Amino acid sequence: MRVKFTVNGEERTADDVWEGESLLYVLRERLGLPGAKNACEQGECGSCTVYLDDTPVCACLVAAGQVQDREVRTVEGLGSEEELDPVQQAFIERGAVQCGFCTPGLIVAAHDLIRRNPCPKDAEIREALAGNLCRCTGYEKIIDAVHTAAAHSRGEATS
Amino acid sequence: MTQMTRTSNPPLTTPITGGVGESPLRPDGALKVRGEFAYSSDLWADNMLWGVTLRTPHPYARIRSIDVGPALALPGVYAALTHEDVPGQNAYGLEHIDQPVLAVDVVRYQGEAVAIVAADHPETARRAAAAIVVDYEVLEPVDNAETAIFGEGVPKLHEGGNLVRYVPILFGDQDATAEVVVSGTYEVGMQDQAFLGPESGMAVPAEDGGVDLYVATQWLHVDQQQIAPALNLPQDKVRITLAGVGGAFGAREDLSMQVHACMLALHTNKPVKMVYTREESFFGHVHRHPAVMHYEHGADRDGKLVYVRAKMFLDGGAYASSTGAVVANAATLGVGPYNVPNVKIEGWGAYTNNPPCGAMRGFGAVQACFAYESQMDKLAEAIGVDPVEIRLRNALSEGSVMPTGQLVDSAAPVRELMERVRDKPMPPARTSEVDIRTMPGGASNTTHGEGVVRGVGYGVGIKNICFSEGFDDYSTARVRLEVIGGEPVAMVHTAAVEVGQGLVTLQAQIARTELGVQRVTIQPADTSVGSAGSTSASRQSYVTGGAVQSACAAVRAEVFDLARERFGVSDLALEGGKVVSASRGVLADLSDVLGDRAVEHTREYRHRPSFPIDPLTGQGNAHVQYGFAAHRAVVDVDVDLGLVRVVELACAQDVGKAMNPDAVIGQIQGGSAQGLGLAVMEEIQLSGAKIRNPSFTDYLIPTILDMPPMTIDVLELADPNAPYGLRGVGEPPTISSTPAIVAAIRDATKLALKRIPVRPEHITGT
Repeated sequence: MRVKFTVNGEERTADDVWEGESLLYVLRERLGLPGAKNACEQGECGSCTVYLDDTPVCACLVAAGQVQDREVRTVEGLGSEEELDPVQQAFIERGAVQCGFCTPGLIVAAHDLIRRNPCPKDAEIREALAGNLCRCTGYEKIIDAVHTAAAHSRGEATS
Repeated sequence: MTQMTRTSNPPLTTPITGGVGESPLRPDGALKVRGEFAYSSDLWADNMLWGVTLRTPHPYARIRSIDVGPALALPGVYAALTHEDVPGQNAYGLEHIDQPVLAVDVVRYQGEAVAIVAADHPETARRAAAAIVVDYEVLEPVDNAETAIFGEGVPKLHEGGNLVRYVPILFGDQDATAEVVVSGTYEVGMQDQAFLGPESGMAVPAEDGGVDLYVATQWLHVDQQQIAPALNLPQDKVRITLAGVGGAFGAREDLSMQVHACMLALHTNKPVKMVYTREESFFGHVHRHPAVMHYEHGADRDGKLVYVRAKMFLDGGAYASSTGAVVANAATLGVGPYNVPNVKIEGWGAYTNNPPCGAMRGFGAVQACFAYESQMDKLAEAIGVDPVEIRLRNALSEGSVMPTGQLVDSAAPVRELMERVRDKPMPPARTSEVDIRTMPGGASNTTHGEGVVRGVGYGVGIKNICFSEGFDDYSTARVRLEVIGGEPVAMVHTAAVEVGQGLVTLQAQIARTELGVQRVTIQPADTSVGSAGSTSASRQSYVTGGAVQSACAAVRAEVFDLARERFGVSDLALEGGKVVSASRGVLADLSDVLGDRAVEHTREYRHRPSFPIDPLTGQGNAHVQYGFAAHRAVVDVDVDLGLVRVVELACAQDVGKAMNPDAVIGQIQGGSAQGLGLAVMEEIQLSGAKIRNPSFTDYLIPTILDMPPMTIDVLELADPNAPYGLRGVGEPPTISSTPAIVAAIRDATKLALKRIPVRPEHITGT
């Protein structure tokens, strides 16, 4: 089948899509957007988190056909060529990236949290990111990064 | 106007930033946060095929026949290969070459590879693999390590029998007696490394008949050594480049899809990509050895240890992997970081039909630590002192002698580490106003505090850093210094694997410090440079760090020769991109001295030698360096439901020199989290040698809700033998967090808790 949808503001078409393919497969293997990661295929790890019509979803759980005429935004679409999104910047600055495989999903999830809650408390960060597994960091620097990104987004300087 | 005074000259040079001891940002960070970093599962080539592995569902069976015909009949399928198609030696292994590339006439564990398929779509490949007909004669599996070695009438799983290695450690008086004796049997379940980036890579056939492999691994050259004979190719025709690695933790030290992808690529003459699913990943790599350990500690009335006796059985599963070295670690480190005058430890590693076990962060030291720390708590109770006090009374220190007879000849601050975690302020007590998110059970709303009891526990551990027992453990670095765009630039090339820990950052830091240049390029790791050894055993900062430092020193010496010739002075240094003389100040820009010359040197670095242990007594200077960490855990336990929430972890660790302080903290946090997982949730559950939970739905790793805040103290007590005085960092925090958490649960529940992970039913007794 043919699937047509908007990705990161650009209209894209994928041809010869098998009905069983996920949005994640189409993004990664057909559209050359490998930012969303495949780590569990069952929505447990959050590594494939993308926005679908402005709502974060696990792309591995969305059938490709479901995104027809809809809008998808991936980690590749958050920053610009010249500038990183404040969440991306904060993840680097605060050492929240080690192997980085969970990072794209966490960045989308954190991005969504900060949009909804510009000043999240620790407990709120933990709740919002509970669906994203990280095996390297023990999460503490991820919490730091979300605080930093939130402050940046509010226009505050951070140390 | 500001009044100016002149008291001295300004600094001679502008110091470079991002050298050793600082925490510059990772050079791969921007790519990773943009989603543009190419992990091994992100690779792609024109006309690429997908490879898939057919695995046996039976832990132990004879293969009567394999028919790949039905797979080949499917449109889109390019190849279906079996053991008959392995071009060379159908066997590989890290310590023993005992594992077939593809099973021949017997399968020894559930998930063993039987056939491989290449097709133009991964789903086609999966269906084709499923269409292959294998006729099995199913056999009764051997699923217990002790039975495998000592049971009667147990089938021999390998020619030499079911014993992989026996390691005795005999020290002092074997018949020593003591006034106070405590004993116990402790069990550790099978933990999975659960890296997030699944086994994957792409093999590309080359015009010279060789193959180029892009893969996530831990040691490029040991892969090459195993792949080449299986493909019947000379080693230089198997060229390996590191693809992005999504975590490793030991699970990538053994081969997974490497030979399979190369076989399919060479057979089809097309690039072949293989990516394991999460379920397959549970069958596709080795795990942490499950262990059963019988311990007896004898002490005097003051709690001073008189003897330790232990028998430990480690289940190596179907193939040896690194079981031999894991058993040696468990045994040689089996009394922990304590002074014990009389020791008898026996460790066995067995072949069974369980999933193969090998390297995982902590490597044998984890299992032993759970047992000896449980024993130390038991001893404290028997003597009537607190858990910290019993550890202080027996603490190892510099100048102590290990049960192998090896002198501890650099810092061993066990006492200070314990005192530091003890003296940390306690987290605040629970108030009457309860946020259920902070309760065991969390948002599941299982309690508002009723039935919840707080406990505190301690653990301290010891780990050998670098490869032990006489292994020729080295790394190679090539460093090139030249002027690019008017600026001196250092290029560092090694085969050392970055798995997330930050080795790429560290290599650049070392080059900056040694060569006084700001700009450093890290070349992709590949086999066109000499071996770097494995990214394991907490060894890369030490060994590859040493190699980079040494190659830089050779480059610097050549630059000094040039400068000496030109300026006639010999008191030289490289600082801030300039050649500097102690007596004459700045002599010239480094770029002027270099001109259009590129100065390049390759150096191997070896740590001081280690030695084999005596096979009968376990005596010998087996280890290169010891690392130590201590934890205090505070937990809340819902004793009615058996749910545990770790409230806080405090950790103190000696790292010799914090080469990159932020990365050190990251290792301690991440390592502690993996120890937490083993303490309360992580286990590959086996039934009849079959895995019951091969998914992230059923195999639980800590989430951000499970991992508490940590307070961390980093000590820097230099080891004079190591580059910059550093001490390996990655493993120690994984080792001591587990027993600390279990001790805290015991403190809360007053239960004995002899098995990890602690499950709710262990607490409720239901």
